[in-house]
Amino acid sequence: MKNITLSSIDADKVARLVVLPFAKSIEIAFKSIRVRFFRSMITTMSLVLAVSFLSFIRVSNDVANGLLAAGNPTYRQSLINAGYDLQPEETRIESSPKQRWIVILSLLVCVVGIVNAQLMAVTERFREIGTMKCLGALDRFVLRLFLLEAGMQGLAGAGVGSLLGGVCAILNGLASFGMDAMGNLPFMDAWTSVLFAVVVGCVLSLLGVLYPAILAARMQPVEAMRAEH
Amino acid sequence: MADVGNIVRVSGVTKNFKLGKVEVQALKGVDLEIPTGYYISIMGPSGSGKSTLFNMIGGLDKPTTGKVFIDEVDIAQLDAYELAWLRCRKIGYIFQTFNIIQVMTALENVTLPMIFGGMNNDEAVEKGMQLLDLVGLGERFSHKPFELSGGQQQRVAIARALANDPAIILADEPTGNLDLKTGEEIITLLKSLSKERKVTVISATHDIKMLNVSDQVVWIRDGRIDKIENRDELKISVGVVATR
Repeated sequence: MKNITLSSIDADKVARLVVLPFAKSIEIAFKSIRVRFFRSMITTMSLVLAVSFLSFIRVSNDVANGLLAAGNPTYRQSLINAGYDLQPEETRIESSPKQRWIVILSLLVCVVGIVNAQLMAVTERFREIGTMKCLGALDRFVLRLFLLEAGMQGLAGAGVGSLLGGVCAILNGLASFGMDAMGNLPFMDAWTSVLFAVVVGCVLSLLGVLYPAILAARMQPVEAMRAEH
Repeated sequence: MADVGNIVRVSGVTKNFKLGKVEVQALKGVDLEIPTGYYISIMGPSGSGKSTLFNMIGGLDKPTTGKVFIDEVDIAQLDAYELAWLRCRKIGYIFQTFNIIQVMTALENVTLPMIFGGMNNDEAVEKGMQLLDLVGLGERFSHKPFELSGGQQQRVAIARALANDPAIILADEPTGNLDLKTGEEIITLLKSLSKERKVTVISATHDIKMLNVSDQVVWIRDGRIDKIENRDELKISVGVVATR
């Protein structure tokens, strides 16, 4: 029924639905990050740090497990010397509850940091969002743009952080156990740890932007116009 | 369809705002018909309900009671998608503060509504260039807003407002942030575009310069329409002001 009333407006060929092609969304999101590079970097920094910590802990354990799996008693002794709490019958090192808690805490702090930074970003961009809405953008365009931006930031930040943490863990292993650490390192496990940290980082970044993005998307254009600067 | 000639029809519109616990009535029953192709100025002191009426006409806000018809469609009946479509294709907005999207170039700003409207990128770029030429900024398409002067930014905004060949251009104090000369240029541009393209221009303004080009002036006072003057009547009253 609405279509009938609307057809009086619509006499031309173009569809009645406003669209934003996905490739264009990515382009806009990417440019938006590039233009605000410094700001994006600060938003991403906490993520880099938290993810690199996660990756460091996991890769360190991989290094230790590699040494342990080699079955050499001197390695075992040097692991104990390095501070690993090894019982005589243990053949694998898992992250200790304390480590886990610290990692989880750091990730939580990181999410809160991202939420905070993204809320600021949304406030700063009130006018931009309102203008887009006046030009016909739907709520979900705005949501999609923010999620894409956060996804890209997450991927970049988590990627850098994860590699940083991994490299630090290996360097730390080299410092503590010499070349043996490299020789016995299970590369597959280390890669899995790094990738896991990347995925966690992306998820956290998206989680952090969700609330601010929904807030931005729901904003009425007239409210955005009212925000005076 | 009795009023085919009216692009906008406002009937019995009131609007209440809540300011804390106090209910304020910004519009106290407005009836207005705007004929297609006219250049209308809405004049009134700040706080008169001018901006509120303006937002209603633009589909940016919904009335508390009463109805707003754009092209004989009641905008209160539209869902979010149809409203977005209306904003995209039927209405072009021009703001006092220009509101060029800062992170995009002039050309990208102009093409954005066309992309929303479903046009493919190449066509949009071609048309965007034509529009920028039209407003005299063909050379500066790749510039970012901060590299443009206020007047130039407003020209980009005009090009953007025209992107989807809207039926209505809504201009909220388009000269408010511009100096006298630039403001005049913008007014002339708006007027000539409205003539050439048969676009209805509705502008809320304080600017007396605007009166010269308006086909009709709607004076708002205290939430009601004070008087509506046509061009010919207007010359006399402006003359009176001038001789005083």
